[in-house]
Amino acid sequence: MDLSAINPLLFVAGFLVAATPLIFAAIGELVVEKSGTLNLGVEGMMITGAICGFATAVETGSPLLGFAAAAVGGAALSLLFAFLTQITLANQVASGLALTLFGLGLSALLGQSYVGIKPPRLPDINFGPLADIPVIGPILFTHDVILYLGIILVAATWAVLKFTRAGLILRAVGESHDAAHALGYKVVRIRTLAIMFGGACAGIGGAYISLIRVPQWTEGMTAGIGWIALALVVFASWKPWRLLLGAYLFGGITQLQLNLQGAGVAIPVEYLAMSPYVITIIVLVVLSRHKGGAPACLGRTFHASS
Amino acid sequence: MIRLEKRPQASRAFSLATPVLAVVATMFFGGLLFATLGKDPIASIVTIFWEPLFGEFSFFYRPQLLIKGAPLVLIAIGLSLGFKAGIWNIGAEGQYIMGALFGAGVGLAFYPAEGFHIFPLMVLAGAFGGWLWAMIPALLKVKFGTNEILVSLMLVYVAEQFLASMSLGLMKNPEGFGFPGSRNLQQYESAFNADLIEGSGMHWGVVAALIAVIFAYVLLTKHRLGFAIRVTGEAPRAAKFSGVNPTRLVLFCLGTSGLLAGLAGMFEVSGPAGQVTIDFNVGYGFTAIIVAFLGRLHPIGILLAGLLMALTYIGGDIAQSQLGLPAAAIQVFQGMLLFFLLALDMFTNYRLRFGRTEVA
Repeated sequence: MDLSAINPLLFVAGFLVAATPLIFAAIGELVVEKSGTLNLGVEGMMITGAICGFATAVETGSPLLGFAAAAVGGAALSLLFAFLTQITLANQVASGLALTLFGLGLSALLGQSYVGIKPPRLPDINFGPLADIPVIGPILFTHDVILYLGIILVAATWAVLKFTRAGLILRAVGESHDAAHALGYKVVRIRTLAIMFGGACAGIGGAYISLIRVPQWTEGMTAGIGWIALALVVFASWKPWRLLLGAYLFGGITQLQLNLQGAGVAIPVEYLAMSPYVITIIVLVVLSRHKGGAPACLGRTFHASS
Repeated sequence: MIRLEKRPQASRAFSLATPVLAVVATMFFGGLLFATLGKDPIASIVTIFWEPLFGEFSFFYRPQLLIKGAPLVLIAIGLSLGFKAGIWNIGAEGQYIMGALFGAGVGLAFYPAEGFHIFPLMVLAGAFGGWLWAMIPALLKVKFGTNEILVSLMLVYVAEQFLASMSLGLMKNPEGFGFPGSRNLQQYESAFNADLIEGSGMHWGVVAALIAVIFAYVLLTKHRLGFAIRVTGEAPRAAKFSGVNPTRLVLFCLGTSGLLAGLAGMFEVSGPAGQVTIDFNVGYGFTAIIVAFLGRLHPIGILLAGLLMALTYIGGDIAQSQLGLPAAAIQVFQGMLLFFLLALDMFTNYRLRFGRTEVA
């Protein structure tokens, strides 16, 4: 075992990258759940985003177009969920599962001819002299634009939910859809928009895996990150900043176990690879003690006449 | 103006008709999907649904129907009990893997001894493995109130890693020339889950699936526990007043579904699959979710739905080799089925009203 092989600077920079897909997927789901809808299809929307982004980036040569396509792909798939739960009033748990099963199949179908291809690289932002600052420079200023966008998105979501009228309406719909409806807000329309936002975010998160983190396309490559994102929203008690913290925690664990695998620790690879999932469960247990923060109408079907 | 009006009572006719309508709609849109992939849509649908049953080689495919249907039915029966009560075990895939590992582990431990006690012990071990894996989300939910959906799903990934570790390490065949995977249980007579009637596909897993269907039917219609399950799902407050113990219900539903999934895994690994390999699980645990819903969470419905889903697996394989239809297309096809089912289910609980809304 050679722990000195782990470069602490690269490790920290690496876990910022590992956390980014989670940040996108979880912040999208946070908004969806704040509107009172539980979309368990995050994994399906992520993997669809991953292949849409990958295919578009390869075909056009532009990673940024890829991310745009991933957002569109994720949002398009989420529309199916919106249709099922908002128009045909189907059970949200079942519909979310359907979305994940469908998304996994669809992505495998779309991705058949993209296995083993290298995508075009998204260059890091040039911060000039900032990147040369010792320690802080290589950690904070050597990343691509999407990583920073993720952090900005968390800040923006926090601000919108806390300070704006739109955020207030979204929360009102999530806390009491009947009261919001009585006030004249279009519950179904607001929730549909929230669901699409969640889909777009999950799509970008998926594309971040296939275009930057890995970067290549393999079937089922999101490997449960969408589900961890769902757990993360619970972990964060539906608060954006805690979500960011949680994502870095999980990113750190993921990166650490990968580094330990690389360093040849005496623990078998399989047991290291299970650690993010086991830790997710442990965190869920620890946090289950202080409940609260969940939107009151989460998971409940809204029908105007009932 | 079209609007939805809640039916005072769920429509029985639509409740029976929606699965059929969903299958028809899936055939139509699945055909469109196959057409966009450049395959003949009619030929594809015929290959998937007709060829395995009545085609030229149906004598070969019909037994497959039982082999593929049994694990689906077995798992879906267990899931349906929980789903009815609003207890969501979606980690059946993990419980399936653990059941297989426990079952195969016991069998391999006895190798090369022969004896009648070995297979029953393997069955018990398989059931125990699945039950144990399902008890983790159950106990955590009961003790700490953690979400069973997330915990059971996380455990699928843990089980997959465990499977990899086992097939590359502890259970690896010492005479396997370094290839990953365990000894082949098909060549170990005392542990082999062989066809009860040669070539019929009827192995012990099929028998277990049929018993599970009957057991679930009796439980849901005749037993107090079945009543508790139904009333909890339909009216949680009423269930509270009628004295249903939610803790026991969670433990029972998750435990039973884990047990059945574990059995399915055990019968698969000791029979059709034969050995513990890294990718021995093929997603039955997830497809069973579709089966449970397609069967309307009703035991008889699940039996039919399981056979239909097995048909799409077999037909999909044929279409793959004959027409070059990608395997993923079948997965999309199965996902589509669940979508249509959920969407069409609206008509069970609501009716469409046309015309203007009047102000009372």
